[in-house]
Amino acid sequence: MTSPTLTGAASPPAPGGAAPGARPPRRRGRALPYLLLLPGLLWLLVFFALPMVHQASTSVQTGSLEAGYEVTWHFATYADAVAEYWPQFLRSVLYAGTATVLCLLLGYPLAYLIAFRAGRWRNLVMILVIAPFFTSFLIRTLAWKTILADGGVVVDALNTLHVLDVTSRLGLTAGDRVLATPLAVVCGLTYNFLPFMVLPLYTSLERIDPRLHEAAADLHARPATVFRKVTLPLSMPGVVAGTLLTFIPAGGDYVNADLLGSTDTRMIGNVIQTQFLRVLDYPTAAALSFVLMAVILVAVSVHIRRSGTEELL
Amino acid sequence: MALLAWIRRRLVVVFGLLTLAYLLLPNVVVTVFSFNDPVGRFNYSWHAFSTDAWSDPCGVSGLCGSLALSLQLALWATLAATVLGTLIAFALARHRFRGRGAVNSLIFLPMAMPEVVMAASLLTLFLNTGARLGFWTVLIAHITFCLSFVVTAVKARVMSMDPRLEQAAQDLYAGPAQTFLRVTLPIAWPGIAAGALLAFALSFDDFIITNFTAGSTVTFPMYVWGSAQRGTPVQINVVGTAMFLVAVLVVVVSMAVGNGRRRMQEMTRKQA
Repeated sequence: MTSPTLTGAASPPAPGGAAPGARPPRRRGRALPYLLLLPGLLWLLVFFALPMVHQASTSVQTGSLEAGYEVTWHFATYADAVAEYWPQFLRSVLYAGTATVLCLLLGYPLAYLIAFRAGRWRNLVMILVIAPFFTSFLIRTLAWKTILADGGVVVDALNTLHVLDVTSRLGLTAGDRVLATPLAVVCGLTYNFLPFMVLPLYTSLERIDPRLHEAAADLHARPATVFRKVTLPLSMPGVVAGTLLTFIPAGGDYVNADLLGSTDTRMIGNVIQTQFLRVLDYPTAAALSFVLMAVILVAVSVHIRRSGTEELL
Repeated sequence: MALLAWIRRRLVVVFGLLTLAYLLLPNVVVTVFSFNDPVGRFNYSWHAFSTDAWSDPCGVSGLCGSLALSLQLALWATLAATVLGTLIAFALARHRFRGRGAVNSLIFLPMAMPEVVMAASLLTLFLNTGARLGFWTVLIAHITFCLSFVVTAVKARVMSMDPRLEQAAQDLYAGPAQTFLRVTLPIAWPGIAAGALLAFALSFDDFIITNFTAGSTVTFPMYVWGSAQRGTPVQINVVGTAMFLVAVLVVVVSMAVGNGRRRMQEMTRKQA
């Protein structure tokens, strides 16, 4: 995953790209790469790998905050934690999955617009996609409290159109409220992670040679066919990267569920946060965190393998 | 009918613009509500127009302090992550060595993990080692999650670089140091700058990992989170709006400068 945000758009590729058969020019010293790696890797080992070890050990400890915890290889914590909190796990996958699909549906037209239709407005639209990032996402999420407020414009409109009747029956909203319901949380998740979908989609769409579209049209493909047989397959790396960049953070998020949801919309992130910072039940919290990590890593590797775009790494 | 046909031909554009509107709507709300004079503690519904918050952005206690702390954190985290990350990126992009695959995975993993998992694991490390939560633990956490993003940004740039440029420099008798300083570094610079900018933005706006590692230290996102429970001062919206405007301004100016420079180069090339 590169950062299409800043590298992709602004800088033209170096002339010639990777020259055929070119080798790295300098070969002096076999130690050099290791010297370059040393500080950064040391950092990651101490502050990324080691914490994982600590978390693993914490998850199999028993004891209490007062008496102290001890490693007792108590793997039952995992079973207990999953048995107690599986609804929140399920909800996280469901909410994050829905938000990811919505992001794809909303983000694709926008990315397509920037890549092929924006013309001289391209840079402006690009800025408008990136600029909201610079306002703290918490402030922007709080703004949804105003937008979706009870008796506000949006809720009134949805009421008049009887949309809320339908969504209430589906359990997405409650009565004539949108705030503090699953709909609000999914809406917030979709909003927050949409740019992470748009940017990789844009990078992969922008690489498509427009002549391919012309060639397809010359061969009497209708616009829909051109999209299905040319554009969409060629943009798959962007789709995969975008879905990953959306699903992973959305699955662990607890900010949207906390600010826009209610106790009935708690996701697994909320549970981990409360267990760690309020309840101070460290073993359970560590076990939950590990299960979440495992779920996400498995989902990611399956997703990458199935779509066959391992170049992402 | 004509209108419908017009819309159908531009369906993608219409939907794209609707999405853009969805993305920008909260920023509009934030801006409008920075001029609100709310009733009660929360700034969620419109009451009356007022510029009080704009004329006194530091008027609520703790807000500007938290802002300064966030800036300070972001600067240090960016500096450290950019140095460490650039070194790794050069090693990965320029050298074949044993364990390259493992290093690549170690860089990728922090990005493939929900923030809350990294936050929780860092907290267990700090708790188990008895570290005092505060500025330093937050800084460590920020450097850790920014590092991978810097590596990917710089690596992409260095890998797309034509190695023949360096060979040419060496053919022209440039020493290794000279080649690096006058050829390699200038070409890699946009990647390094992009990585640094990304790191700054990520660190400045981070909430989840900060929330776990901060103890009682209050960064700006922590301040906003706290005020969502206690009452949201209008000044939060002022800061949000100002950040948005500054960002747009910086991007527009840097683009204009870039365009101007390119035009200058083209002109001098034509003259030569």
